[in-house]
Amino acid sequence: MNNLAVNNLSLVFAFSLVVVSLGIVYKEKLGLEKDIIYSVIRAIIQLVIVGYILKYVFNINNIILTLVMMFIVFFNASYSAYKKSAGIPHSFQISFIAIFCSTSVTLGLLLLAGTLKFIPSQIIPITGMIASNSMVAIGLCYRNLNSNFRDQRQQILEKLALGADLKQASYPIIRESIKTGMSPTIDSAKTVGIVSLPGMMSGLIFAGVDPVFAIKYQIMVTFMLLSATSISSITVCYLSYKQFFNDKKQLR
Amino acid sequence: MKNIIDLQGVSLKINDQSILKHISFKVNSGDFLTITGPSGSGKSTVLKLIAGLISRTSGDIKFENQSIDGYDPIDYRRDVSYCFQTPVLFGETVKDNLEFPYVIRKKTFDEAHAIAELESVGLPSHYLSKSINELSGGEKQRVALIRNLIFLPKVLLLDEITSALDSESKKIIHTLINHLNDSNKITILAVTHDDNEIQMADQLINIENGQMMEVTHE
Repeated sequence: MNNLAVNNLSLVFAFSLVVVSLGIVYKEKLGLEKDIIYSVIRAIIQLVIVGYILKYVFNINNIILTLVMMFIVFFNASYSAYKKSAGIPHSFQISFIAIFCSTSVTLGLLLLAGTLKFIPSQIIPITGMIASNSMVAIGLCYRNLNSNFRDQRQQILEKLALGADLKQASYPIIRESIKTGMSPTIDSAKTVGIVSLPGMMSGLIFAGVDPVFAIKYQIMVTFMLLSATSISSITVCYLSYKQFFNDKKQLR
Repeated sequence: MKNIIDLQGVSLKINDQSILKHISFKVNSGDFLTITGPSGSGKSTVLKLIAGLISRTSGDIKFENQSIDGYDPIDYRRDVSYCFQTPVLFGETVKDNLEFPYVIRKKTFDEAHAIAELESVGLPSHYLSKSINELSGGEKQRVALIRNLIFLPKVLLLDEITSALDSESKKIIHTLINHLNDSNKITILAVTHDDNEIQMADQLINIENGQMMEVTHE
C-alpha cells in the first residue's frame, strides 16, 4: 500500500480538475455548472458514506449483512435503469429481475469455480461491478426499444395485420436491442489493455500487485461482464417488448 | 347470404375528441363494399377497427356473428386481413416478405406458390430474389398485397391501396381484386376514391366527419 499517496490535501488539489471542467462549461456556455457541482457533491457524499459502511461491513463479515448490501446495490441499479425506461410499464420490476438474474448467475458461477469467496470484501465490490454494467446495458436496451418501437411502428402494425404474434412482430427490434445492450462490453473487451487499464486491474497495480497477476483478475472481470450484460440485455428485452402492446395485442 | 362483418353503433373517441360516431353496417359474406368520403373523415379508422388494430370506445363489431373481442386477435387478423395505403416491406428481398406469412404460421415456404402469386400481379418469378429497394411504388404495393394473400383471408380490408399507383399497377390490382371477390368469394371492404373500385362494389358507404351519411346497395 506504500504506492498509494492520496490524502485529504491531495484531494483538495485534485479538485482543481473539477474547476477545469467548470471553466470549459462556463466558457462554452453549456449551462452544466449546476449539474457538475451537484454531481461532484453527491459523489463525495455517497463515496464517504459507502467507505464507512463498507469498512463496517467488511469488519463484521456477516452473511445477512452482505446479502442486504447486495440487495441495496440491486435496488439502486434497478431504480437508475428504470429511470432510463421513459415510461415502459413495469420497468422497475423488469430491471430488478434482469439485474438479479445477471448478478446471481455470474456470481454463482464464479463462486462455484472458487474464483471468488463469499466474503463481503469480494462479493460486494464484484456485485457492484456486475450490477453497474448490467444497469448501463439495460438503459441502452430501453433506449433502443423505445426508439425502434416508435420508428418502426408502421412495420410492426403491418406484421400484426398479417397475423404475427407479438414476439414475431417485435423480433428484429428485440435482437437489435440485445445487441445494443451488449455492444459496449464487447467493444471494451476488444480494447482492454491496449487503450484502457480498467478499474480492477488499475486498482491492483496501484496497490502494488504484480501486473502479470493483476491481468488474471481483469480477464475474470472481462468474462464476468460479458456474461452479465448478455444476461441482463436478453432478460430485459424479452420482458419489456410485451409492454409496448395492450391486452388486445394492439400496439400502444 | 350470411353476415360476415356487422358493425353495431361503433364509436371512437381519442382524448375526448370524437373520431367516429355510431357507425353501423353489415357486410354479407362474399360481398364487395367500398367506403368513400373526404380525407380525414374516419374511413381508414373504420377499417383499422374492423382489423382489430385499434379498439372502439363503444358499440360492437361482429365477425361471423360473434363479437371480435371473443376471438384470439392473432387468429382473427389472419382471417380479416388489412392492407395499408403505403405499405412497408420487411427485410431485404421480396422473398423475405412472401416468406413471412409462412414463418408466422410455422410452415415451410412454398416457393412455387409465392412465384404464382407474384405472377398473378404481373411480377416475373425472378422478382422473388429482388431487393425491396429496387422496387417501384407500384411494385411494392403489389408485393404487399400478395403478402396478405399467400394464405387467403376470409375478409380483405383495402385501405386506399391504389391511390398512389400508376394506371398499369391499378389495372393489375383491380383485376386481382375482382378475381378474389368473384372466384374466391373473399369479402372485400375497400376505402377508395377510385371510380373503378366503386363500380365493382355491391354496397357503398359514405362517411363524413366520422358519421355515416348514406348506404347504397347496388
